[in-house]
Amino acid sequence: MNSLLSLLSLEPVRLLLYLVGICAFVGFNAAYLVLAERKIAGRMQRRPGPNEAGLGGWMQPFADVGKLFAKQIMIPPGVDVLLYCLAPLMVMAPPLICLVAVPFGDTLVARDLNLGLLLVFSLGSVNVMALLFAGWASRNKYSIISAARVVSQNVAYEIPMLLVVLTILMTTGTMNLNEIVRQQAGWFWHWNVFRGVWTLANPLMPVTFVIFFICMLAETNRAPFDMAEAESELVAGAFTEYGGMGFGVFFMAEYTNIVVGCSLAAVLFLGGWQSPIGVLSGPVWGPLWFLAKLYALIFTVMWVRWTFPRTQFYGLLNLSWKILIPISLFTLLLSGALLTLTHLR
Amino acid sequence: MPGAECQVPNDGSVTGAAGVPQSTIRDPQSTIPQETFVLNLGPQHPAAHGVLRVLMTMDGEWITRAEPVIGYIHRMHEKMGENRTWAKFLPNTSRIDYLSAMHYTHAFVGAVERGAKIEVPPRAEYLRVITSELNRIASHMVWWGALLSDLGGLTPFLYAFDDRELILDLLEGLCGARLTYCYYRFGGVCNDADDDFLRGCRQFVRHMPARLKLYHDLVTGNIILRKRLEGIGPISAEMCRKYGATGPVIRGAGVAYDVRRVEPYSIYPQFDFEIPTFPQGDSMARYLVRMAEMEQSLRIIDQALDKIPAGPVMGKVPRVLRLPPGDYCYAVEAARGRFLVRIVSDGKDVPYRVRLRTPSFSNLSLFEEASRGMILPDALAMMGTLDLVIPDIDR
Repeated sequence: MNSLLSLLSLEPVRLLLYLVGICAFVGFNAAYLVLAERKIAGRMQRRPGPNEAGLGGWMQPFADVGKLFAKQIMIPPGVDVLLYCLAPLMVMAPPLICLVAVPFGDTLVARDLNLGLLLVFSLGSVNVMALLFAGWASRNKYSIISAARVVSQNVAYEIPMLLVVLTILMTTGTMNLNEIVRQQAGWFWHWNVFRGVWTLANPLMPVTFVIFFICMLAETNRAPFDMAEAESELVAGAFTEYGGMGFGVFFMAEYTNIVVGCSLAAVLFLGGWQSPIGVLSGPVWGPLWFLAKLYALIFTVMWVRWTFPRTQFYGLLNLSWKILIPISLFTLLLSGALLTLTHLR
Repeated sequence: MPGAECQVPNDGSVTGAAGVPQSTIRDPQSTIPQETFVLNLGPQHPAAHGVLRVLMTMDGEWITRAEPVIGYIHRMHEKMGENRTWAKFLPNTSRIDYLSAMHYTHAFVGAVERGAKIEVPPRAEYLRVITSELNRIASHMVWWGALLSDLGGLTPFLYAFDDRELILDLLEGLCGARLTYCYYRFGGVCNDADDDFLRGCRQFVRHMPARLKLYHDLVTGNIILRKRLEGIGPISAEMCRKYGATGPVIRGAGVAYDVRRVEPYSIYPQFDFEIPTFPQGDSMARYLVRMAEMEQSLRIIDQALDKIPAGPVMGKVPRVLRLPPGDYCYAVEAARGRFLVRIVSDGKDVPYRVRLRTPSFSNLSLFEEASRGMILPDALAMMGTLDLVIPDIDR
């Protein structure tokens, strides 16, 4: 027994376990978030959603994935084969790596990186390139329009997102995600989203949270900002020419990106694994609190999708350049000024 | 794609109704397209609601020319009308615009009745008005759901269909069909309405205003929807006249043209209702016209239910129907605009000529001019507010 525990604490074994754990977590989420989304959409649209496969439809993901695996992987004539095959890999790998730095609990983090925040954001941008590759390689006009849209949309929304993250960085003073969570100990008003208000670090922190959430929706290409696969305009956008598991991987990546985005929002603003009520914390409760916050945010993402129509593309860019960037710049400056003042005092 | 490459509209024709903000319309004078490409939208495309094909010459995401290509489901309805008897052609008319079958059968039945001088009993006229207006509401609900799903909001579709189901159930009880009704007959209607139907209509009229308010609360006030529709796709009254656009399209351009009022037919003059018009001419105006029309239809149904008399529902019709030689027209206000049936009879038991003037065809015709200089998503939003039914275009 003791030897087993000491084996588990060995670094390579630990990393292997985390690798398996993260892959399982992502696989489970990608499969069951699709089901959850369809169930939630059904509930919002006064219909039951998938309910035939298994009790209440719980076997539906297996049916879906089985179908996708059984389909022929078809490479359309004339596509750039290398990029066409590379794109699904490139879209799936970064969010998987991002989860390495995300703290699920006080000690439950694969790698306690000092520059975790930087890692997540640099890898988050690779997603754009994957969609660009997919759109370009597909040799389809809808795909290429979609690729062009994705690039301009992601560039536009990365700026306010990074400005917001800079604001957080200035108030917390660290890029270590676990350290950021540790600073938010205590009741829910110690969370970053509220803490700035009463410590006067940044009274506009709730606004920055909203900006972060909007940017996260746009970065993950979720409705109402789903320009990449605006199905009534661009059929399926960059994914038009993908079928079978090629399409399935894009689909999984979309949900994995949502998981990463929402877990970042939970870590940066909502106290990560910290309990909202001061008690009930610890190695068991921590991950549960984290997952509760994560899924609450994911539910909100789905709720938004099934409530709002899609924005128009130029309206989308205007929202970022004319509203979100000025506001996030202002909050950054305000936060800097307030921190300087409190520091001087 | 003959001659569509690098065609620049330099006639400055991209001008909308006065006062419409045109932030998303590019000035054609300033456009020097370096490269254009042709986007073949359809005939299988999620936004085309059927088999409409639009050849779009694009400059990036800007449309320099959009040429609708139609005829993919042409079924020769006019020719079919010319080689079968009046009664045998009647069910065809409900297949032309499957979403407003009542109006279309009404026009054909009306033209034949006008020619053969058949009297329609009053109860049948009331039933025709009630069912026509129910059908109009059902049709507008499909449009509402489909427009919103074009704009990426999929939930309203299900809400609309939930309420539309009530209408379909009512009409199914009346005539057996749920979509392609053939309820009107020469001289009346085929079935008398029972108390269940009238009670159901009354319940529906009471139920619907709250739902319409819900629609407005959920959707009309939504900032994204307003950004998508307000000031987008301006269609002026002149453009409507030029292309013969009718229905909510011309009423959305501020012209109170409604066949029920300008060429009164059936017993519509007996009812008190308004013709909703909105002068802006943009997509939002067309949206609001249809939403207001549903309320007006409810008003008409309410009044008709109050006044409906007892009595027979079929008039005296000769066993072998022969129209005296002549030219007979009958126009109705269908859900999409003016539908006109013109029958030329040479005295035989089949018509010499049947001409169907369908509103969607005219409403689509202006798409090329109206969409010039717009970007793709806006053009598709505008197409959604034109409420096109492709079988109605091709017929």
